[in-house]
Amino acid sequence: MSQPADLDIDHVARLARIALTPDEKARFSAQIGDVLAYIAQLKEVDVTGVEPTAHAFPVQNVWAEDVAQPGLPVEDALRNAPERQDNRVAVPKVVE
Amino acid sequence: MNGTGSPALFHQPAGALAGLLEARRISSVELMQAVIGRTRAVEERIHAFNSFDADDALAQARASDERRAAGRARGPLDGIPVGLKDVIAVKGQPLTASSRMLANFVSPYDGTAAVRLKEAGAICWGRLNLDEFAMGSSTENSAFKTTRNPWDQTRVPGGSSGGSAAAVASGEAIVALGSDTGGSIRQPAALCGVVGLKPTYGLVSRYGLIAFASSLDQIGPFARTVEDAAIVLGAIAGHDPLDSTSFRSEPHDYRAELEKRRGPWKLGIPREYFGEGLDPEVGAAVEAAIGHYRKIGCEIRPVSLPHTKYAVGAYYIIATAECSSNLARYDGVRYGHRSEAATDIVDLYFQSRAEGFGPEVKRRIILGTYVLSSGYYDAYYLCAQKVRTLIRRDFLEAFREVDAIVTPTSPTAAFKRGEKAADPLAMYLNDIYTIGVNLAGLPGISIPCGFTKEKLPIGLQLIGRPFDEAGLLAVARAYERDHDWNARHPEL
Repeated sequence: MSQPADLDIDHVARLARIALTPDEKARFSAQIGDVLAYIAQLKEVDVTGVEPTAHAFPVQNVWAEDVAQPGLPVEDALRNAPERQDNRVAVPKVVE
Repeated sequence: MNGTGSPALFHQPAGALAGLLEARRISSVELMQAVIGRTRAVEERIHAFNSFDADDALAQARASDERRAAGRARGPLDGIPVGLKDVIAVKGQPLTASSRMLANFVSPYDGTAAVRLKEAGAICWGRLNLDEFAMGSSTENSAFKTTRNPWDQTRVPGGSSGGSAAAVASGEAIVALGSDTGGSIRQPAALCGVVGLKPTYGLVSRYGLIAFASSLDQIGPFARTVEDAAIVLGAIAGHDPLDSTSFRSEPHDYRAELEKRRGPWKLGIPREYFGEGLDPEVGAAVEAAIGHYRKIGCEIRPVSLPHTKYAVGAYYIIATAECSSNLARYDGVRYGHRSEAATDIVDLYFQSRAEGFGPEVKRRIILGTYVLSSGYYDAYYLCAQKVRTLIRRDFLEAFREVDAIVTPTSPTAAFKRGEKAADPLAMYLNDIYTIGVNLAGLPGISIPCGFTKEKLPIGLQLIGRPFDEAGLLAVARAYERDHDWNARHPEL
């Protein structure tokens, strides 16, 4: 297993908003290192002048009529909320 | 109701069952009872379902029988139990993605695929297991259970739609829906000995499909026969204003077209798909299938897809980048798992995601975040998108010469449970023949083409032109018409 020199797992996990254990950090660094080493073969490909493909069949300017549609009833929308207060989702305090 | 010699109801294809229902030789309730009975008998060995609601399924079956009695039957799927991968939303049913994150989530609405199944009269039957968030090739990444291959329960059913494939193979569902981002319909279909179709990107609406990699994901059918795949595709395909990437394609009666198109076709054999890593028994079965096409008058031509070796690398950049973005929504706030341990709102995100996601999902989010992060975007993500262009170009170039491309679906038959679980890269390489099709947005189908000496199914992959599902299904049918691999059932 290889350890990529430039994969700062703490930094990336922070960007991804995932708390990792020390064991996960070590394991994922090594496993992702293997994948990145494999992916490095893409550098062999000459992509000069090649346009990137974001979608296989690009569809542009998909407009919807500006007509109000019924949304989910409040009760249905809140049924999966972990915690609620009246008709709202409750979260820990954001600002002191 | 069943003459001796004809298979049990739960092993029959939807096309045949539709005939029995129409002739009133069976009722939908009888069929549903047979499938529920079969599920109760074998499920503790197969573990295909995350959950099912037998009473609800029987109520749907009764409604179908009432429609039929009133002369309002809706077509070949009316009264047929269709299993759904647990990433496709059905109102009032659990929707878990086989993740702890969504363990208690109940869908508040129907995805478009479910709407169309219901409009066709089908019974939405159960929630089928998968690799968590459809990330994996063995269904071992489910947070809840490991689905077994019905042909050998020490082996994996493939993945990520392993529950869907195993349910159809074992008689726990007549047909099923799965989703395919890099092979997640075709590979488990191959490993379980059933038909699996990944439609052209944009043919089937993704509205109500839990997103993994949005530029690659497609919903498609698992079935016992090519005809059944055509029937289900006909029900779910077509433009949907709720999915802005859904295509305004020509409507087709895929089932009716199946027997009309008889070829002969020009078929391309890409040498890049027959190299190192291909199991000799799989290779021999695929060669024999190619021989059959030659025998029925098809012209077999070598074609080249020179960027094939870069497909897995490009895929694991693009798919993980898209997944890191799509899965950002699971933050413990509005729905899904919320950590009890969090100290403030930001910590709530970190802890909820740490507790809610399993290792493979975390790994892919980390990799995807990395390839999109400042300083690496051009080297990885942009480069992969350019390679994607070249891969797509290879296929479109080949389709100037041939009508369809013939390859193995998977380099090997079903592997042992646990065999690749600790080595993500080895698991990723298992998708080497299916991934290019997703990157290019093409339709691909896996059909059974034989068994190994150990009695494990082998899959043949056929790849078609964009939106030419009718042609692709006809090519698949031309092989199936002269073979009876699908008459075999696993001993359970």
